[in-house]
Amino acid sequence: MNSNNTNSGRRQFLVSATVAMGAAGVTAIATPLVSSMLPSAKTKSAGAPVEVDISSLEPGMMITQEWRGQPIWIVYRTTQMMEQLSKNTQFLADPDSNSSEQPAYCKNTSRSMSSHPEILVVVGICTHLGCSPVSKTKVGAADGMSSDWPGGFFCPCHGSKYDMSARVFKAVPAPFNMRIPPYKYLANKKILIGDDQGEA
Amino acid sequence: MRATLSRLQHWIDDRFPLTSVWRDHLAEYYAPKNFNFWYYFGSLATIVLVMQIVTGIFLTMNYKPDAKLAFASVEYIMRDVDYGWLIRYMHSTGASMFFVVIYLHMTRGMLYGSYKKPRELIWLLGMAIYFCLMAEAFFGYLLPWGQMSYWGAQVIVSLIDALSPALALWIRGDYVIADATLNRFFAFHVIAIPLLLCILVFLHIVALHSVGSNNPDGIEIKKVKDPSTGIPLDGIPFHPYYTVKDLVGLMAFFIVFFAIVFFSPEFGGHFLEANNFIPADPLKTPSHIEPVWYFTPFYAILRAIPQKQLGVIAMGLSVAIFLLLPWLDRGLVKSIRYRGTLYKTALFAFFSAFLVLGYMGTQNPTIWYVNPVSRVCSVIYFGFFFSLPWISRWDKTKPVPERLT
Repeated sequence: MNSNNTNSGRRQFLVSATVAMGAAGVTAIATPLVSSMLPSAKTKSAGAPVEVDISSLEPGMMITQEWRGQPIWIVYRTTQMMEQLSKNTQFLADPDSNSSEQPAYCKNTSRSMSSHPEILVVVGICTHLGCSPVSKTKVGAADGMSSDWPGGFFCPCHGSKYDMSARVFKAVPAPFNMRIPPYKYLANKKILIGDDQGEA
Repeated sequence: MRATLSRLQHWIDDRFPLTSVWRDHLAEYYAPKNFNFWYYFGSLATIVLVMQIVTGIFLTMNYKPDAKLAFASVEYIMRDVDYGWLIRYMHSTGASMFFVVIYLHMTRGMLYGSYKKPRELIWLLGMAIYFCLMAEAFFGYLLPWGQMSYWGAQVIVSLIDALSPALALWIRGDYVIADATLNRFFAFHVIAIPLLLCILVFLHIVALHSVGSNNPDGIEIKKVKDPSTGIPLDGIPFHPYYTVKDLVGLMAFFIVFFAIVFFSPEFGGHFLEANNFIPADPLKTPSHIEPVWYFTPFYAILRAIPQKQLGVIAMGLSVAIFLLLPWLDRGLVKSIRYRGTLYKTALFAFFSAFLVLGYMGTQNPTIWYVNPVSRVCSVIYFGFFFSLPWISRWDKTKPVPERLT
């Protein structure tokens, strides 16, 4: 290139300034574009708490309720199921739910509130990759599990297994126990999912 | 008439390099004379891309990217739109056949060492096309909003969630897979990724035509040129020789393609899964989830590892490791024809592991042999790549001839 009459210092400065200006412009336009993909105001406000009436729920039964687009299971465990829980400890990855997510008032063996220990309220989503496990509550091979199965939940996607407190067994892909949502009892047989103001 | 056409050609050539593009890329693009069966798949992939774009445009005329309307709009296309079933089945069969063709195209590259110097960039651009294709297939699979669409997307986005929850939230645009997710996946599927694909395919071909095609012997035909014309002695013009050959391949491909479209569009549940004929239900996972067949080898690797983060990383690595192939292979010989037993055994073991993993990925993880076999095959899969620098070096190769055989 012809270097006559070229102020290379000024040229370099102008090139750098133009590149910097362009980069600032790209960043400026990228910010609103990227932000537009975050959950919208409408989406954020859609997560209101839901009320569930459990008066028709009998021991051994479970119902599924939608909250924030997720399945919430409400499981009424039988006495045998409750007794089995403490026997599972040695086979569990996180028996005391230390690394799992739950409100403080549910951090116990039954993972439920002390007023209604037999009622389990849990987000029915496998902590591995977000499938919804299926209930295999019968002990032994009755539900198509192995003969030493203590009853619980099984994720069909990648074979993760949980006990009747939704605690994950060892040597399966899921890392944590299933999540317990915040909830409270409005009455003896009425649960509010998504709000625990006044509890804890 | 002839004179008018000739004048028109001159008029255009003064303004756009029409004649020289025709010459450089078709009439005087010299390709090796020994292309075999494996060399059909590049041109077939281009044809399938065009077919996907055309059928896709017509599908968008009736499809509604809305969680409440999507499933019904697909059924509307199938039942009420004239020839809607044909357009949709061509598109869904095209998706699977795209992967068939691309996997065979990649196999060709591995058999004849087409990724080796000086074609590393062609391989990398090709891999970029493959990644785009995977994204395109994934985004497209959510659109019918069936059970498998929904839960497949849920699993894949959870993979991202395992690495960065904020990123997963940003991709979904909601706390779960929802209407916002469907709407943006539609945008990616019909605009963003296809545009990127076309650009990458263009660059892939520009790089190929600059370097020149490899061939089953792995010999550079540009090394031996006719001294007077400068044309490679073992080269023949792409047009008409290979355009005509590729047309024959296209006929055979279309026979298979339309046999599937007309007689078995679901292909035994491998191209369209039974669960996807049930509308998406966020509260109920189907009892058996499997991805579409072209993702199953990687899915089997994910499942084989009983630890979430490690599984995700291994799966990512199993796809990305192909990028390193040109540098992992340190052999001096390109084609399988002149490689030794050691390399042939390793490559065969790799192909077998890939196929077995693909089968295992479709099987229920509770079957006793699924996880153990997947683990063994994952070790072979990664073992091939990690030992390749030594295998390719120690391999006792045969002498490579000067000219094509």
